[in-house]
Amino acid sequence: MSGLSISRRGLLAGISAAGATAALSACGAKTGSDTSSGSAAKADTSGSTVKVGLLNSLSGTMAISEVTVHNSLLLAIKEINASGGVLGKKLKPISQDGASDWPTFAEKAEALITDDKVAATFGCWTSASRKAVKPVFERYKSLLFYPVQYEGLEESPYIFYIGATTNQQIVPALDYLKKQGLTKLYLVGSDYVFPRTANKIIKAYAKAKGLTVVGEDYAPLGSTEFSTIVNKVKGAGADAVFNTLNGDSNVAFFKEYKSAGLTAKSLPVLSVSIAEEEVKSIGTQYLDGQLTAWNYYETTPGAANKKFVAAYQAAYGKDKPTSDPMEAAYISVYLWKAMVEKAGSFDVAKVKAASDGIVFDAPEGTVTVDGATQHVYKTARIGKVGSDGLIEEVWNSGKPIKPDPYLKGYSWASGLS
Amino acid sequence: MTTTTTTPPSTVTPPSTPLLNRFRVPAGFALGAVLLLGIAPVALSDFRLSLLAKYLCYAIVAVGVSLAWGRGGLMVLGQGVFLGLGGYAMAMHLKLTDAAANGEKLPDFMQLYGSGDALPWWWKPFANPGFALAMTVLLPMAVAAVLGFLVFRRRVKGAYFAILSQALAAALSIWLVGQQATTGGTNGLTDIQGFFGYSLDDPVNQRMVYFVIAAVLLLLMALARQLFVSRYGELLVAVRDSEERVRFLGYNPANIKLVAYVVAAGMAGLAGALFVPAVGIISPALIGIVPSIGFVIGAAVGGRASLVGAVLGAVAVAWAQSTLSDEFPAAWTYLQGLLFVLAVGFLPGGLASLGVVLRRRRTRTGTPATGETA
Amino acid sequence: MTVVLNQSFTGISIGAVLLLIALGLTLTFGQMGVINMAHGEFIMAGAYTTYVLQKSISSAGVSLLVALPLAFLVAGAMGALLEWLLIRRLYTRPLDTLLVTWGVSLMLQQLARDVFGAPNVQTAAPDILTGNISAGSVTFANNRLFILGLALLCVLGLTLILRFTPLGRRIRAVVQNRDLAEVSGIATGQVDRITFFIGSGLAGVAGVALTLVGPIGPTMGTNYIVDAFLVVVVGGIGQLKGAVITAFALGVLQSVLEYSTTVSVAKVVVLVAIVAFLQWRPQGLYTLRTRSLA
Repeated sequence: MSGLSISRRGLLAGISAAGATAALSACGAKTGSDTSSGSAAKADTSGSTVKVGLLNSLSGTMAISEVTVHNSLLLAIKEINASGGVLGKKLKPISQDGASDWPTFAEKAEALITDDKVAATFGCWTSASRKAVKPVFERYKSLLFYPVQYEGLEESPYIFYIGATTNQQIVPALDYLKKQGLTKLYLVGSDYVFPRTANKIIKAYAKAKGLTVVGEDYAPLGSTEFSTIVNKVKGAGADAVFNTLNGDSNVAFFKEYKSAGLTAKSLPVLSVSIAEEEVKSIGTQYLDGQLTAWNYYETTPGAANKKFVAAYQAAYGKDKPTSDPMEAAYISVYLWKAMVEKAGSFDVAKVKAASDGIVFDAPEGTVTVDGATQHVYKTARIGKVGSDGLIEEVWNSGKPIKPDPYLKGYSWASGLS
Repeated sequence: MTTTTTTPPSTVTPPSTPLLNRFRVPAGFALGAVLLLGIAPVALSDFRLSLLAKYLCYAIVAVGVSLAWGRGGLMVLGQGVFLGLGGYAMAMHLKLTDAAANGEKLPDFMQLYGSGDALPWWWKPFANPGFALAMTVLLPMAVAAVLGFLVFRRRVKGAYFAILSQALAAALSIWLVGQQATTGGTNGLTDIQGFFGYSLDDPVNQRMVYFVIAAVLLLLMALARQLFVSRYGELLVAVRDSEERVRFLGYNPANIKLVAYVVAAGMAGLAGALFVPAVGIISPALIGIVPSIGFVIGAAVGGRASLVGAVLGAVAVAWAQSTLSDEFPAAWTYLQGLLFVLAVGFLPGGLASLGVVLRRRRTRTGTPATGETA
Repeated sequence: MTVVLNQSFTGISIGAVLLLIALGLTLTFGQMGVINMAHGEFIMAGAYTTYVLQKSISSAGVSLLVALPLAFLVAGAMGALLEWLLIRRLYTRPLDTLLVTWGVSLMLQQLARDVFGAPNVQTAAPDILTGNISAGSVTFANNRLFILGLALLCVLGLTLILRFTPLGRRIRAVVQNRDLAEVSGIATGQVDRITFFIGSGLAGVAGVALTLVGPIGPTMGTNYIVDAFLVVVVGGIGQLKGAVITAFALGVLQSVLEYSTTVSVAKVVVLVAIVAFLQWRPQGLYTLRTRSLA
């Protein structure tokens, strides 16, 4: 190539260079120094209404799940407003779309806190989105209520974890499998944080309690080709499959599973990410008799649940199922309300201080907030998918289990974190 | 083959204004500098400014896209790869310094998901700030050089090149997701607290980051502008419009294209590196096929061959995305689709050429005698 | 041995899916050079056609059989409309069609979301297609055999049309030399539209078949679109046999790698292998020999 003859060199570089130096001369706090100088955003609670933020993916791949959570959050807010609001103030929901993209979640969280000055935020689904917004809530000292079961090993002072942590879902599920004499497990999961961490816990459990893990496979998120994995499962001599696949992949997996001649009888699958909504989209034809582990089912008995299901279906349609994350989202607003009322203030520090011991008669049964971990006592429930598309409970833990996100109370888990 | 970039000089500018033209460009730059470095920081809140910082990162990518695609005709559908490489290089360094500041050996996510307590060997050099900074630009450029060298030499072009880039973007993002213990998996590298010793929690430092980004953007625009008007820039346009003729003239089009491709990759890498302190996160979600198309689309809407058009287009599309998608998630998707269809399909010069197109139409209707008979 | 046989069948069945989703593209991209990113949404249209049909025809088997031709017509009509509205204006700018059709695909996805809802929908498969045939220790899933058969049938049909019908002759004439075809009295615009109709229709057929193995939702097209393009690119422009060989080769490669490593690694290796392959043979496996410089 011929030489580059750049004409009118250095035309304006000077301007930009000057800008850069000007910028560098104005510097703020160094790392390590006390950053409380900062930025704790003040929620605006002065008016007759109080804003609360709803941070869900309304578009993109996660919208399928997150829109249902968004709906039940709105339902709870509507109910609370109808019965007089919180501390005499009506709640005004501000929705932001995380668009299934983690940096967008961080951006929207900041918008809710600094622009809308919300008193609290409800939402996020994937662990990745939670990890992305965690520093934002911590920086601005604002509260997030996270409604989905997750992989544990986290305690942020500004997040309330309303979904199950591992010892309220995965560990009881393993106990159940062990009790059924299903001791050889094949682990199938999507390739992201929750399945990988869950499987690490499962392997530690297996090692200590005499279960064997005969295989472990991950598929990229959104993957729809499972013939090889199913082949491997079939040839591995397992008693049960522990399934942490997410979203669309479940559809492909179970279709493949059935056509390979595997059934709930011959080789049961226990899934931790399949709730009523997913059952509907996969089809009972493929799921009949398979197991799930959650803390709530649409069929969970009790007056509180009857009321919740009726209210949800009245608002969003008769054929709409309710599921565990939706229920957790729904109660998260009520729990926050109870905390605020106990504190007598919307102030974040006071709300946090008031949180311990809040009891709520939830659709899933009585839940209690554990102030130390900012998690919730929950009852673990194993369910079986019925031919009508609903999940029937086959076992529960009898009483709410104390949350233990770092599994400190389990000796076999000592090497995990 | 693609665009109508060179506006017919006779219809637009009377030949008697060379003086005005000479000052138009510097005046434009000065205006941009005043807007970005003077007015925006005063007029915008901390949060809005940090958003603008993020959009400007996309704008930096768009400068490269404008060079490689607008001028060189290379449909660079893999810019996410280069942005990701630059971003990860920077984030790895910042994670290491964060860990060191907290007195820990490993970044937080490795303690949670990692297998051992040793830092992987390929992380180690990134503890050195000089190395990490150099890598943010050199790594993407090196990858682009290797890929470009092979591809352009074999005269792979058009659709093949576009699809190849996409395959690469998909491969890198799947690989990053799969290596959770060392790359953070889908989460990416998050919770970045410091930037070369300055706490990113402090709004003053956030502003500093914004200034750096704005300055880099202006600098790169000036650089790209120089490239555009240089002899190389003309050759690049010549290759775009007729590669064979340039070859017959004795040039090697492969090398000409390679330079544009590598420079664009370096710019994307730098944008990624700056994205990390501005947003505090880098994740595979920024690398795959969809964001890679997004980088090109912004430039296409604004006007791929016009530097200012591409930059403004990138900022405008990012801004519209984040403001409109909350209020009207469904309507925004339709609008977005429609915008791409209309801008690319019917206004190949992008919004930047709107003025020219309208003016041409007006002249045509105004003077039917010349317009119709010509 | 069992493993090898089972995995070979797996490879072939992955290949059959690849072939089916790429087949329409061998026409629209391979023959016409149009990069249609909305091809995935035509697949989606086929899948939703099955879903809608199943609401009115309760028998899963009958509705599937009716869905095949109907999806062909629905997706084909969408394709022809797209060609008439947009693509015919862009034949000289093939790369721009990529961006334009990307915009179209965004709109079609949102349309599906508004009409059918964001969650996936389910279709019931006829009982015969959820079972399997065992030969010794080797299992052949019926739905996979069905897809394999369907893919081969489509290839056969397409070959026959291109080779032996007047329409096929016209299509080939336009592909090989548009100007000469035009002066010979062929209405090239019309031929383009018909070619696009058939190519898009095949995507619809693929969509029907995919309801047997995968999810049906607004974003399902995005799962397949890149794979489909890769098959055509590696196979070589304008060559059916290239696409057939590539689809099965990639399927087998994928299944072997998946078995010996992990799915993620397999995917990455396949993609990198394709990039490397194109360095070596930039025009793909089979090339249409022309004297053009481009």
